Amino acid sequence: MSQPSTHSDAETAPRLVLEQLSCERDDRLLFSGLSLTASAGEIWQITGANGAGKTTLLRILVGLHGFYQGVCQWWQPQWQQELLYLGHQPGVREELNPLENLRYACALSEQGGDPMAALAAVGLQGFEDVPAAHLSAGQKRRIALARLWLEHKAVWVLDEPYTAIDQDGVAALDQQIQQAAQAGALVIYTSHHQVGDGVRQLHLAHGQAEVTEGGQP
Amino acid sequence: MSVFRAALVRELLVLWRSPAEIINPLFFFVMVISLFPLAISPKPELLALVAPGVLWVAALLAVMLSLDGLFRRDQESGVLELLLTAPVMAVVPVSAKLLAHWLLTGLPLVLISPVLAHMLQLPDGVLGTVMLSLLLGTPALTIIGAIGAALTVGLNRGGILLAVLVLPLYIPVLIFGAGAVSAAVDGGAVNGILAILGALLALTVSLGPLAVAAGLKISSGN
Repeated sequence: MSQPSTHSDAETAPRLVLEQLSCERDDRLLFSGLSLTASAGEIWQITGANGAGKTTLLRILVGLHGFYQGVCQWWQPQWQQELLYLGHQPGVREELNPLENLRYACALSEQGGDPMAALAAVGLQGFEDVPAAHLSAGQKRRIALARLWLEHKAVWVLDEPYTAIDQDGVAALDQQIQQAAQAGALVIYTSHHQVGDGVRQLHLAHGQAEVTEGGQP
Repeated sequence: MSVFRAALVRELLVLWRSPAEIINPLFFFVMVISLFPLAISPKPELLALVAPGVLWVAALLAVMLSLDGLFRRDQESGVLELLLTAPVMAVVPVSAKLLAHWLLTGLPLVLISPVLAHMLQLPDGVLGTVMLSLLLGTPALTIIGAIGAALTVGLNRGGILLAVLVLPLYIPVLIFGAGAVSAAVDGGAVNGILAILGALLALTVSLGPLAVAAGLKISSGN
């Protein structure tokens, strides 16, 4: 971990700026007037009831959902090069085994690193050549999560990364997210889990978005 | 380029492990054509007259049937979101998918077509033209159909909408494809007609994958 005094400008530079972001879906206001600045090295947790718009917000951030008002601005034009996005579905095809699934995801996201080691890190050692159709929901989720153990990207956007993961897995995932943030990545995720230390929280409820715990409203 | 290769290997593996996707269009093609002599008449002169149209309509429908599920499983499993948020241009993995799909569903139709043409009493001299016209035509059909599949992937039952979108665009390929075989049966020149089919193929290969990638973006909510 780098000392606070040695933080370079790059590490504390704003990565994501939202201004007066609002989104409607099926004539229902999901959130409005959402403004925040997220910088490198920060961890943001988005909370809210089911249907509050967490997934839609993440899809807006990564450019999958275009129906919104306001400004959503990343720090550089080629931000997609530095994006690691894990969607609501794990992105795993049942016909392929974990290694083949991960290799394809790596090829698309231009991530280097050793896929075998990453699968071992998420506890899938020995399952590399078992078709994903024979794995449990948690194990499928772990195939997708293995990307977090490969070459690091500057921005992580994770939709419900803890879903179907057991306690040990949650602890390992927490640690990996903390390490990434310490290495200068911006991590944004949705979860119903308890907020960890140093995590900024964005709560979506009743069409409003509220920032707590150290974030600037 | 390595992205294209990795994507091509992956698409071939996925298709190879769901054999129904490969066998269904082929079986449909064989079945429709083998029913025609039973339903119309086994008279050679009558069959040879309708054979070019029958062969081509059956091939067209077989290709279209295979396309309904082209992106659906990828969309349901979240692979499509991965593809659209990736730093690589979406058109690269999309092209790999189209190539893999044609290799395993379109190419078998081309390879079996001489047998079926023979069954429809076409003279042996035109079997080459039958194969060549399908070789040029089926990739174009696959790519045009994929544009429709990309636009309807977000809908639950997009099958009939896909047909409505895609069939009008299939008509030029059908006219020139069946036309080439008819001309060969009549002993006319076929090079010009095949050249037009080739031009249609060049157009769809060059612009089609871009349209498919754009269609997928639209379907995802952009």
